[in-house]
Amino acid sequence: MTGLTTLKISEARDMLAVGDISARELAEAHIAAVDTADGLNAFIVKTPEVALKQADAADARIKAGDAKAMTGIPVGIKDLFATKGIHTQACSHILRGFKPEYESTVTQNLWDDGAVMLGKLNMDEFAMGSSNETSYYGPVKNPWRAKGSNSDYVPGGSSGGSVASVAGYMAMGATASDTGGSIRQPASFTGTFGFKPTYGRCSRYGMVAFASSLDQAGTITRSVRDGAIMMESIAGFDIKDSTSVKMDVPNFEAALTGDIRGLRVGIPQEYHLAGMPGEIEALWHQGIEWLKAAGAEIVDINLPHTKYALPTYYIVAPAEASSNLSRYDGVRYGLRETGEGGGLNDMYDATRAAGFGQEVKRRIMIGTYVLSAGYYDAYYLKAQRVRRLIADDFKRAFANVDVMLTPTAPSAAFAFGEKSDDPLAMYLNDVFTVPASLAGLPGASVPAGLDASGLPLGLQILGKPWDEETVFKVSGVLEEAAAITAKPDLWWR
Amino acid sequence: MTYLIQGAKDDFEVVIGLEIHAQISSKAKLFSGAATEFGAKPNTQVSLVDAAMPGMLPTINAECIRQGVRTGLAMNAEINKFSVFDRKNYFYADLPQGYQISQFKHPIVGRGLVALDMGEGKTKNVGVERIHLEQDAGKSMHDQHPQLTYVDLNRSGVALMEIVSDPDMRSPEEASAYVAKIRSILRYIGSCDGNMEQGSMRADVNVSVRKLGEGLGTRCEIKNVNSLRFVRQAIEVEAQRQVDIIEDGGTIDQETRLFDPVKGETRSMRSKEEAHDYRYFPDPDLLPVEFDDAFIEAARATLPELPDVKRARFTQELGMNDYTAGVLVAEKDQADFFEALLAALVALTKKDASTIAPKASNWLTGDLFGALNKAGKTINDTPVSAQEGAELLALIEDGTISGRIAKDVFEIMFETGKGADAIVEEKGLKQVSDTGAIEAIIDEIVAANPGQLAQYRSGKNKLIGFFVGQVMKATGGKANPSVVNQLLKPKLDG
Repeated sequence: MTGLTTLKISEARDMLAVGDISARELAEAHIAAVDTADGLNAFIVKTPEVALKQADAADARIKAGDAKAMTGIPVGIKDLFATKGIHTQACSHILRGFKPEYESTVTQNLWDDGAVMLGKLNMDEFAMGSSNETSYYGPVKNPWRAKGSNSDYVPGGSSGGSVASVAGYMAMGATASDTGGSIRQPASFTGTFGFKPTYGRCSRYGMVAFASSLDQAGTITRSVRDGAIMMESIAGFDIKDSTSVKMDVPNFEAALTGDIRGLRVGIPQEYHLAGMPGEIEALWHQGIEWLKAAGAEIVDINLPHTKYALPTYYIVAPAEASSNLSRYDGVRYGLRETGEGGGLNDMYDATRAAGFGQEVKRRIMIGTYVLSAGYYDAYYLKAQRVRRLIADDFKRAFANVDVMLTPTAPSAAFAFGEKSDDPLAMYLNDVFTVPASLAGLPGASVPAGLDASGLPLGLQILGKPWDEETVFKVSGVLEEAAAITAKPDLWWR
Repeated sequence: MTYLIQGAKDDFEVVIGLEIHAQISSKAKLFSGAATEFGAKPNTQVSLVDAAMPGMLPTINAECIRQGVRTGLAMNAEINKFSVFDRKNYFYADLPQGYQISQFKHPIVGRGLVALDMGEGKTKNVGVERIHLEQDAGKSMHDQHPQLTYVDLNRSGVALMEIVSDPDMRSPEEASAYVAKIRSILRYIGSCDGNMEQGSMRADVNVSVRKLGEGLGTRCEIKNVNSLRFVRQAIEVEAQRQVDIIEDGGTIDQETRLFDPVKGETRSMRSKEEAHDYRYFPDPDLLPVEFDDAFIEAARATLPELPDVKRARFTQELGMNDYTAGVLVAEKDQADFFEALLAALVALTKKDASTIAPKASNWLTGDLFGALNKAGKTINDTPVSAQEGAELLALIEDGTISGRIAKDVFEIMFETGKGADAIVEEKGLKQVSDTGAIEAIIDEIVAANPGQLAQYRSGKNKLIGFFVGQVMKATGGKANPSVVNQLLKPKLDG
């Protein structure tokens, strides 16, 4: 059955259409693959019954000639997307037992197009983390290992389960979410294609909120074309989300022409970090050469406020999070600890102390602090101003270029525990992804090479607002040029 | 008349500002589609958004925005075409999100002005600082169980307007007149039903005192005062409390207090140490509210005639005295009833509105209001409609019945709900103006009372009243009094 699980979405779609395979066969193969991969800890909830039911419905739909591109495609769903009647807890203990009565718009779009749900995917608690080590359900293991090594690596985060499920051939695609890099950084760590659209392209309705002004749904797939297919399914205006934007969703797949002649590619000079591994610089340079060879024009650009992006992000995101997470109070759903004393404040204290992990508590405290009287102007307000300057940097630069090319992350996947005691080192993972998040721009991480030990590395393509098509187009060219054939060996099976 | 509190040493002036919370009359809540009906069973009008389920997002109800703009226009206020919803963060069991969505830095309505009628032709202007929109919280119920608190989220997310006044009021009467005026305006334009008993309108009262000529003193905020009487009482006792403290050499702590109408005192709700830091910041789930002049003008076009304008029209065009006009326009339902009554009366009698208006207003404020008051009813559940009232008054106008008989007819109308014509017909109350018939009766009466006639003729002119009374009695009150007078005098004079 390995054959079916290594198919790309585009391949499966075409085979389903002509009847070479059935959605049921496809689902069964993936359900079996999920069952062999418990050691990776990517799925925290499996939904095989749902998958088979949806697969049969997909087969009927294909037969009736009513199929969409995602019909019959088995996917995994990050645990922060509400799935009706199914565990939705953002991998936090505080949402213990929570099963929503509603469906997120992103997943509803997938089901409307006939996709098949394999289960819910592990993630950093409330999407706060860059290694998937903050999950209440334990860390996810990266399907990739260094050459000749039996050591485990982190998959990146927060969408660790999403990337592991796709890199580990359990799901053909996975939903993910990106607040400061939670799609792109783990995609880079696992050799998958991660796509984060323009803020407002996807509805946030039914997505457990981390930082509302930054959170955006996206996809993890094994190819750029698959990303285009899946993104087109999940995107779209939603009246239930005031920040989603009323625009038609383009045919992203049609943008994959491979022709980038004359396209101007910006290389932000501020992304040359001191102390960055030489192989990251080398890969970046290689990417530049590939795009140049494909006919693109390379332009050095400046984004002068780049160095303020990380501190700005770590004020804005925790500020919003501290407020967004106030609703987890033990009153209406999820965990409730009554605490000593039996009063309301005792219940709040006990519930939130027991329900939130260390990293979530750290961010709630940072966020509460920066919004407090006397500190608001110095932190939150200043951060908002800097955020505008960062967005202005991009706006100015994009007047002159069509896309930007940067490394996705400053390193390859690292070992468990390596950075979990050092928040600042951990936060540095997002140094290349955070600026575009603050500006709400579309971005992708394309698998582009391996480091010396054989671990994947990605390059990041950033685009203008609403110009996902060019990001896909350039990603496709990069993917083809990189022509990566390396795969994780299936050590967990 | 200046309101002063006489302390042991000095006279003190009281300075009052109000924050009125008015529930917007809207079928749906401010950010969700849930219903807002009063008195529904607990937790039956709660959407996923109101319960703050994970991943739920608020979306602005445009009708609430429109009502906010109409309210601002009715208070002659600046309308802000750009406003922002902020989060006011605090924990409480009946606040599901852990924050209230409100407007902090950029409210939808800016400065306005409201004129109060203080009697004897005097008016008092009170500045409106701002009006902003916000969500209501749910309700904690501590009396349902010995140990547990129950939470009802029906009100959670209901749209409120907070109308903030300047500290312009100087007496309890001015403060209650202000609340009454705001209530009147809101009810006129229909943006709030103004029902203080049901909590759809309530006031936070800021009170401070100062010696005459001094700067503003430290204020205390008395929360959730829910009647005009309590507004006055709360200010009286709070101002006195502050004066007593100052005269004892103490200082006033700025704090939130609660008015206890049973004990007639205010009590501290929470101290400064427990004061909230609300950590306001713009709600990232919502875009700023922006609209254009056309939206404002469309809202303006839906405004009815407002009480101040109506009052001026009643006095100037209908010649109504200022007091009566004030009484009639204070409540929109009363003013509407009066206008319907007058219109019907004009239609029935073909008389000029200004000629007949005093009769209509006298009957309304005297007879109908009196009867309603006695029966514990309001103009909204009057058993006598404006049209029926006009029919009754028209019968007086065309001489069918006398004013005296009309009062009896009205009593029957009020009790039975029957029309005036039917009652007059049924009871045979039609006024007799036939001179022949009345003359015959007069002749009988005069003949039957020779003693009184002799006295009259000897100079006791007042006895004419006796004869009129006898004639009216003989006709069951139906004789037209002016015809009786006209015929009787020559007979008595001989």
